Amino acid sequence: MTSAVAPPGATGAELRGFREVQRLAYECAEAVAAQLAPGVTERGAARMQRDWLHRRGVRDWFHLPFAWFGDRTAFTGFRVPLQFFPTGRRLEEGMAFILDMAPVHKGFTADIGYSGSLGPNPLQDRLLADLEAHRDLILREVRERRPLREIYEDVDRLMAHQGYANRHRAYPFGVIAHKVDRVAERRWSPRLFGFGTQSLRGLAADAVRGHRAGWSPLWSPHRFSDHPPAPGLWAVEPHLGFRGTGAKFEEILVVTDSADPEQSAFWLDDDVPHVRRWAEEK
Amino acid sequence: MTLQGARERWVRTGGVELCVAELGDTAQPTVVLVHGYPDSKEVWSEVAARLAEHFHVVLYDVRGHGRSTAPEPLRGGFTLERLTDDFLAVADAVSPGRPVHLVGHDWGSVQAWEFVTVERTKGRIASFTSMSGPSLDHFGHWIKKRVSRPTPRRIGQLLGQGAKSWYVYLLHTPVLPELAWRGPLGKRWPGILRRLEKVPGGDYPTPSLPTDAAHGAWLYRDNVRPRLRRPRVDAYAHAPVQLVTPLGDAFLSESLYDELELWAPRLTRRTLPAKHWVPRTRPDQLAAWIKEFVVATEGGRPTARAASGPHADRFGGQLVLVTGAGSGIGRATVLAFAEAGARVVAVDRDAQSAARTAELARLVGAPEAWAETVDVSDEQAMEKLAERVAAEYGVVDVLVNNAGIGLAGPFLDTTTEDWRKVLDVNLWGVIHGCRLFGRQMAERGQGGHIVNTASAAAYLPSRSLPAYSTSKAAVLMLSECLRAELAGRGIGVSAICPGFVNTNITSTARFAGVGPEEEDRRRRKSARLYGLRNYPPEKVAEAVLRAVVRNQAVVPVTAEARGGRLMSRFTPRALRAIARLEPPL
Repeated sequence: MTSAVAPPGATGAELRGFREVQRLAYECAEAVAAQLAPGVTERGAARMQRDWLHRRGVRDWFHLPFAWFGDRTAFTGFRVPLQFFPTGRRLEEGMAFILDMAPVHKGFTADIGYSGSLGPNPLQDRLLADLEAHRDLILREVRERRPLREIYEDVDRLMAHQGYANRHRAYPFGVIAHKVDRVAERRWSPRLFGFGTQSLRGLAADAVRGHRAGWSPLWSPHRFSDHPPAPGLWAVEPHLGFRGTGAKFEEILVVTDSADPEQSAFWLDDDVPHVRRWAEEK
Repeated sequence: MTLQGARERWVRTGGVELCVAELGDTAQPTVVLVHGYPDSKEVWSEVAARLAEHFHVVLYDVRGHGRSTAPEPLRGGFTLERLTDDFLAVADAVSPGRPVHLVGHDWGSVQAWEFVTVERTKGRIASFTSMSGPSLDHFGHWIKKRVSRPTPRRIGQLLGQGAKSWYVYLLHTPVLPELAWRGPLGKRWPGILRRLEKVPGGDYPTPSLPTDAAHGAWLYRDNVRPRLRRPRVDAYAHAPVQLVTPLGDAFLSESLYDELELWAPRLTRRTLPAKHWVPRTRPDQLAAWIKEFVVATEGGRPTARAASGPHADRFGGQLVLVTGAGSGIGRATVLAFAEAGARVVAVDRDAQSAARTAELARLVGAPEAWAETVDVSDEQAMEKLAERVAAEYGVVDVLVNNAGIGLAGPFLDTTTEDWRKVLDVNLWGVIHGCRLFGRQMAERGQGGHIVNTASAAAYLPSRSLPAYSTSKAAVLMLSECLRAELAGRGIGVSAICPGFVNTNITSTARFAGVGPEEEDRRRRKSARLYGLRNYPPEKVAEAVLRAVVRNQAVVPVTAEARGGRLMSRFTPRALRAIARLEPPL
């Protein structure tokens, strides 16, 4: 995909930049996942991600790392957004976990989600395997330029058919994806409720611009997402839940205004852990 | 008598000769079955025959019972210490050098608690399955705790168990019990068991009953008072224990086993809706649980496969069949039973979704799960299903007739074809299920439960759902009638009446009297309204399990279903007025 057409405002070099930080984030997720042991708390796991990335030069964040263990992977009983933040829940043998982080590195943003378990967890393995169909479905329908809201509904239907609950509905605005962009590097970048202010500013600017042009940087089930995919970089995060176990992936989908369907939308990087995992299973 | 193919031997110990019977392959793990009062080893004949296929099964007549000889003199000859000597002698004779799996019922269980908690049997017992017989030491502490720190609940428990123990007081009177047993009581006992305890007749009890019962009175006289007065403080079980509690036991209350985990840390609990004589009335279930427990402990696991869901004590290992299991309430019900450790059969007319349900069921804890593709309205297909299930998986313990379709629209626009379809699935599907699987349950004679999914529409009239409501009202009444008919056979019947539950019934429902476009619009509209109501099918599934555990007759599930039920009883005219309103579609 290196010959890909870049979306407006992003050159091939920029795509490389995004790809690099996404790889860095996934490396971090795999490194931290390998260190998780019984007794580690969610806060501990979030801290490990933060430190790992800090050591590699990450200073700004789209959002700070999250970690969810056990039934919190399926957002069981979540009512207010504060519940997303890491807690003192301790990891146990066989427990599922999700690591979710969005570092900004050299001005490029990544937003990734990594699902795994401590020791074997056949149920989460099944959920993860079933996510593959969603990755294919989303790409196919974005290439068909279907309205985002309809794609959202199709993902919902597929989840229901698989027997799972849609858990990305629990995210703010129920989003399955949101836009990410370049962020200006500042020496000081404060955070608001775990979200980097620079990135929030970018998102807000997109929202204003999109509002005038009839699109939204948030891909939600609501009416404001009733428009064809807007060119740009979308962090897509389908999240399945099933009886107290959850699984998600999150990675960047590049949407361009190319007429060639192949080039009109593609995953930023196909060499990500969940895709490798599906390939191994085959 | 009934122990067919048993090899007999005599074990001499402490001045008595014990009659020991063995079944099955001696190379397999040894399971020792200890009988209670007033019984002999033949009380185990049904269970022993089932276990003998897998294990080396050993039964013996307790001293003074059956063909074993009685100690001389009787007084002081039945202490738990002596009974422990007997057990060790039998264990050494039948399984030298290898620990045995112990199973006790009634006084057999009381003794076995002694065996499993004293020092000198350490290493001789691999596991213990207890039914209807507490440790006298634990019982003594139980009483002491309640007397020394009374609360209203504890006093209630004391009085309740005190009343259930009436026969223990009688057995402490001299001579009279012996006279009664050797006289009229001995003669009438088989009839009493049949009538009050629902124990099937046949060749049980054995002719030795009067002597067994007369000698056995000394079990009580030699042990109960001393042990309750001064219970041992070190009565901790040194082997894993499986506790089977019959919920309808007339002699022992459930609360006796509160906090049993303190005495038996490796405890697996099972409950059974049955009366005291479970080895006679529920041999299939007992044999299955004993087998699972023995295999688990032999495999090095301290407890049986731990299903984590609610009611795992009740449904572990049971066979549950659910129709319409491909989606909605049916799928949620299968998964809830699976979490409780049941073996499940998911039936749906859509093969793919049935298979998916079975797969998910295995992932959440079902030891076994199968998918069957059957249209419940197809009589022949249902008959074949019933045959196949009985032959391959066994007799169904819990049947959930859940498959149903929706049909809306005014009566005058509903065609006969529409009527036929909805009645075929919603009513005939239930009839076939009850008819075929209900007969299997009744013929087995070991209880069971049938759950039929009716609807709040069964008692809420409405101008928009005449056909659907009629079919569901029929299901409700069928369930009530069947409940009356099957009550005497220990089979419960429940009707579940959900209200608006967020399932895909709306998107497949037929709307009579409108074109396909309008029908599609209404489907989407109603799906949206149900989505706004957003009552999850998982909660209905919880209600299904609860209905089986509590044997409830009619269970309205959502708030609107409960409210509607109240209105249908107390303000039917208001309901009739509401029925005239057009639905907002």
